[in-house]
Amino acid sequence: MTYIAKPKIDMPGERRNEIGLRQRDYEGALSTLCAGCGHDSITAAIVQAFWELAIPPEKVIKLSGIGCSSKTPAYFISGAHGFNSVHGRMPSVATGALAGNRDLVCIAVSGDGDSLSIGFGQFGHAVRRNINMLYIIENNGVYGLTKGQFSASADPGSKAKYGEVNRMKAIDPVATTIALGGSFAARSFSGDREQLVPLIKAGLRHPGCAVLDVVSPCVTFNDHVGSTKSYAHTREHYYPAVHTDFIPPSKEIKASYDEGEVMPVELHDGSRLLLKKTDADYDPSSRSAAMRYLEEHSSQGQVVTGLLFISPDLPEMHTISGTAAQPLARTAYEDLNPGQAALAELQKDLK
Amino acid sequence: MTGSVNDFVIKIATVNGTGSASANGLLMKALFRMGVPVTGKNLFPSNIQGLPTWYEVRANHKGYMSRSGRVDVMVAMNAQTYAKDLAEVSPGGFLIYDSTWPRRDMMDRDDITILGVPLAAMCNEHFSVARIRILMKNIAYVGVLSALMGIDRNILKTLLEETFAAKPKLVDGNLQAINLGYQYAQEHFSCPLPARAETMGDNSGHILIDGNSAAALGCVYAGATVGAWYPITPSTSLMDAFQGYCNRFRKDPETGENRFCIIQAEDELAAAGMVLGASWSGARAFTPTSGPGISLMSEFIGFAYYAEIPSVFFDVQRVGPSTGMPTRTQQCDVMLCAFASHGDTRHPVLFPADPSECFEMAVQAFDLAECLQTPVFVLSDLDIGMNDWMIPELQWDENFKPDRGKVLDSKALQGIEKFHRYLDVDGDGIPYRTYPGEDPKGAYFVRGSGHNRYGGYTEDANEYQDVVDRLLVKWETARERVPRPVLRKAAKKTRFGVIAYGSSDGAVNEALDRLAEQDFHADYLRIRAFPFNTDVLDFLDTHDTVFVVEQNRDAQLRSLLIIETPADDENLPPVLHYNGMPIPSSCIEQAVLAYLEQEAAA
Repeated sequence: MTYIAKPKIDMPGERRNEIGLRQRDYEGALSTLCAGCGHDSITAAIVQAFWELAIPPEKVIKLSGIGCSSKTPAYFISGAHGFNSVHGRMPSVATGALAGNRDLVCIAVSGDGDSLSIGFGQFGHAVRRNINMLYIIENNGVYGLTKGQFSASADPGSKAKYGEVNRMKAIDPVATTIALGGSFAARSFSGDREQLVPLIKAGLRHPGCAVLDVVSPCVTFNDHVGSTKSYAHTREHYYPAVHTDFIPPSKEIKASYDEGEVMPVELHDGSRLLLKKTDADYDPSSRSAAMRYLEEHSSQGQVVTGLLFISPDLPEMHTISGTAAQPLARTAYEDLNPGQAALAELQKDLK
Repeated sequence: MTGSVNDFVIKIATVNGTGSASANGLLMKALFRMGVPVTGKNLFPSNIQGLPTWYEVRANHKGYMSRSGRVDVMVAMNAQTYAKDLAEVSPGGFLIYDSTWPRRDMMDRDDITILGVPLAAMCNEHFSVARIRILMKNIAYVGVLSALMGIDRNILKTLLEETFAAKPKLVDGNLQAINLGYQYAQEHFSCPLPARAETMGDNSGHILIDGNSAAALGCVYAGATVGAWYPITPSTSLMDAFQGYCNRFRKDPETGENRFCIIQAEDELAAAGMVLGASWSGARAFTPTSGPGISLMSEFIGFAYYAEIPSVFFDVQRVGPSTGMPTRTQQCDVMLCAFASHGDTRHPVLFPADPSECFEMAVQAFDLAECLQTPVFVLSDLDIGMNDWMIPELQWDENFKPDRGKVLDSKALQGIEKFHRYLDVDGDGIPYRTYPGEDPKGAYFVRGSGHNRYGGYTEDANEYQDVVDRLLVKWETARERVPRPVLRKAAKKTRFGVIAYGSSDGAVNEALDRLAEQDFHADYLRIRAFPFNTDVLDFLDTHDTVFVVEQNRDAQLRSLLIIETPADDENLPPVLHYNGMPIPSSCIEQAVLAYLEQEAAA
């Protein structure tokens, strides 16, 4: 992963968030991705979301696997600990890190190759364990770093840069998440910052594994005619179904909403999501309805976006296993060591 | 005649899933309570129910714990393996079988004594439920043995009362079964046999424990909080034990919350990733596995080596290659663990010889991993891990403080100008690390890709080499920090040496005692860790011929010695045992004698 330090310039009059940080305090190194890469727009949305939520950078861990997407954690929140792991195995590292310290705010960035091919298993199990993390899949349907092979999310009929046509079914991470019993499944488009930022915020606050699939065209290998993940194709077939507004707990909800059009979802920390539905009968709390909805639209070639499924009540890993509230990594040795007396007592049964 | 007072081997052949384990445990514990040094080896199939299984109990007043290569008393309960079991009895020995169904045509040895006991018939007569009849048949042979071999029936009674404290009704049935066997033997045979037990010393300072339980206890006492694993024989019982001890010792007294997190991963790759993630976050984390698991974890192990993430891997070795024989023992992962992963990688490996060292080395492994910021392996095996060993009671030093190595907290970070993750400030090859969640000044980016001493990405030739060369400096630091070998000097000055490690220790000691009686003397160095420290080099330097004893086909430790030291392979005759059974002392004795004979002839 190439790395160029980004100069931090003080600009007088810059806005500061609740903890006194400027938006640029959430930036990272300069991106070395191709000019116009969708991933850079996602990075910008991540920076904005973290700044708006006023999360202290040192509380954040940012993880990734291997691939273009996985380079991006270097490009945001330089004050956070980062972990660029091995290909397809980021979820297990995130799981371990949160097992050790459950207070950390975890953002993970993966790609379609990283999560839907080599790492499909780990992706599925992070969803199954409902690890408390935001799991972004920067989805361009193509292997960029190895120069243009199809990924598992390439749509049937889509054309590679040099004319090869994909004939296999695409794996949809959103449908997969819902089918696996996941607690949060959303989709957006790298070019739609207005939709993306609230979804990132919602995913960060969601107490479980928030999967956010972001269609992010590859300008070099997958932005041509015939590609279903190009800018042109995505814009044309873009179907914003469920727009989301995120309202943190500290702020009073001012927006009024009309029943039937907007649906509030309260998260456990008191923050709220307002779901503005394009389709009046859409119910993001119904797993079966969400699956049906996805299927109906994808058969018409539409890329449905928005918060498509949420169940904030599903227990996350630590709730299920009964882990102490105090992070294990911060628990004093005195509270972990049973001592000689206990050892002697235990051994009475071994005689 | 074979076997004598407090020096005998009983082997019991049964079918797995019939409840023989509790009968065998009872037998072994009774001998233990009589003060006789005893060890039990479970030779079992990779199967749940219906296949042959054996349990070998060795009692030895001198405290020899390895297999002897002898069987003095065979309890042949399994018709399927009868012919093989019959053949295995040492001349002069005894065979006990269930004579409910006669097997006259198969009894063709006149150099042993065959004793028939109608165990099934007796149990069918006295017990009505089918399942109970099967279970009691096993308890009844313990009764037969108690008469034939002088095993104290009062102790058997006490043990049954302790076992079934919650269900006293079961005590009576079990006692009845014991008495049935006991009475029959008293009435029909001349009791006791020459091979028998007599109450001797005091075992109260000792315990019976398997290595996996001891290693799990070590993890608890080391302060490990995160365990990630994927079930694999023969390591599974390590995590089972850790879970059990954590439930007992690691619940918050007020809230009942767990001060531990155990994750059953989807595979070994994920288990390794979880260990790395947890260690990186500042917890002590480990995974127990066996050879196939290490193969799968290798990519992450190389990552941890290069990115310098402390991590502890228990490899309870089983027979390879591939799936091999999952319920049989070997020392076949020495090379695999020493150099696991692609690229130039090398890792500290600890070799516990028994459950005592599983406990100690589990604790040491966490300290070493964090001090050296690297993966550390504890290389146990099925024999140590799953069999019951008699060891001195475990002790815990209340003054122990875990050594977390070089970690900068928020306060320490304020005292320095800038934090660089991979900078060798102290000249020992070990940089400083920080935990996430502490301070933005300590933030850094962990990567398995090329990085320079400041932690930045690099593709620069010099910057890359600078870091991998520094890792070698760290390796030299490791050399002096890992456990030193244990030396047993021969009674006489000798040019011969023996090197062994792990579970071969008992067999080597016994073989050397027997060889000394034949006036062959050798110094013995038991290696306890890789990298080899100066003690190993000195030993090789001061002995002309050093036998290297190990339980694998390819003489893996010997190869490591040849790679890593100036030793000449001509001077290192290998002594190898790798059929899946724990190495018997007779194998070593014979191999050494054969070598000497050949040398004399040459």
